[in-house]
Amino acid sequence: MEAYIPIFLMLAIALAIGVVFLKLQEWLGPRNPNDEKLSTYESGMAPVRTARERFSVKYYMVAVLFILFDIEVIFLYPWAVNFRALGVFGYVEMVLFIAILLVGYLYILKKGALQWD
Amino acid sequence: MNIIEPLVKIALILLINLTTVAYLVYTERRVSAFIQNRVGPNRVGPMGLLQPVADIVKLFFKEDIVPTAANKFVHSLAPLISLIVALSTFAVIPFGNTIHLFGRDIKLMIADVNVGLLYLLALSSLGVYGITLSGWSSNNKYSLLGGLRSSAQMISYELSMGLSIIGVLMIAGSLQLDKIVVHQGNYLGGFLPAWNIFLQPLGFITFVVAYFAETNRLPFDLPEAEPELVGGYHTEYSGMKFGLFFLAEYANMITASAVITTLYLGGWQFPFIENFGFSPLAVSLLQVAAFGVKVALVLLFFIIVRWTIPRFRYDQLMNLGWKVMLPLAVLNIIITGFFILV
Repeated sequence: MEAYIPIFLMLAIALAIGVVFLKLQEWLGPRNPNDEKLSTYESGMAPVRTARERFSVKYYMVAVLFILFDIEVIFLYPWAVNFRALGVFGYVEMVLFIAILLVGYLYILKKGALQWD
Repeated sequence: MNIIEPLVKIALILLINLTTVAYLVYTERRVSAFIQNRVGPNRVGPMGLLQPVADIVKLFFKEDIVPTAANKFVHSLAPLISLIVALSTFAVIPFGNTIHLFGRDIKLMIADVNVGLLYLLALSSLGVYGITLSGWSSNNKYSLLGGLRSSAQMISYELSMGLSIIGVLMIAGSLQLDKIVVHQGNYLGGFLPAWNIFLQPLGFITFVVAYFAETNRLPFDLPEAEPELVGGYHTEYSGMKFGLFFLAEYANMITASAVITTLYLGGWQFPFIENFGFSPLAVSLLQVAAFGVKVALVLLFFIIVRWTIPRFRYDQLMNLGWKVMLPLAVLNIIITGFFILV
């Protein structure tokens, strides 16, 4: 666990830098808000509706597919580190594993899940 | 455990990093001016060298505007997430070999953890939160679109990035970044340094393209896409909060260059330095300098690409990520495995 202490220190110091920067600006910068200034920016027009609306389901599809493939990538990491020890057997096993995933990949391509237009 | 040593290293790294960010912005403006046949900033100080200082002071004296429609807490939190992630990724990158100073051996990396590469990938994934949350919390249509685009883009390219690195792992057999660098100190056929760029040309290309998309740099800067989305996810940010996003973007670029150098360009290795007969201290210092020069060259490459290549369309971007990069990265793993076994 000791090796991780510098990482936590680094995270804490990075946070401190960000907070100090923001506080400094709060202290140095002017502050005279008005309704126009605080309204949502829409190229100088009065804003039409809000941003809390429905958006394309494609983004959701990409996120779901990402989870699937990211798990595949995580499986490959321990295998890659021990690649030489596993030898030909490990190689063939992993090619089979990738081939099975490839079927799923071709299926989503065929279904048009990644079709943007 | 001695806490002074990591603190000194962190302070040094952050100082160098922040200065480099300031001058990277200056360099980018000068190089882009040169490419577009303009002069660029040249008024503040000799050759405009004090321009970054003027920029930072200006940001401090600006008003911080938080729109009434925004979610205040998340609106302030998002730039902090971006900044923390961008600055602390550097913790696991080795910027030199072990150096003998003041009668003790000092390892030139902040945290020598055995899962360095996983830490790096984990933090670069967390970067998505800063951008997505800023897009959502602003409650502005442009910001929301920018945030959505960038989250979809970053997670898509993260797959090819993760898969490209596997080739390097198979060769080095370790997740520790300094072991990966040490492994690149050999020579191929006695004359070519065994850098991973020569062993993994395909992996190098897919990794660099994926990392460009991760850092949201042109040709993959659709989250910002000025002509269509105003400023994308930071449309509603002003003053230092905008400054933090800016800082994070450039700090990410430096980290990206350092990672590319470490994984593929031999890290701090200085080829053939053992043949010149320098003292051990001089060798260590030259290796740190070699690391700096390589990182600077990759940064220059980032800048030149930004100002000479047009932007992708969104469907082209997603097609490239899922239908070209992903299969290529998998192919690279299979080819690498084949060559290691034969």
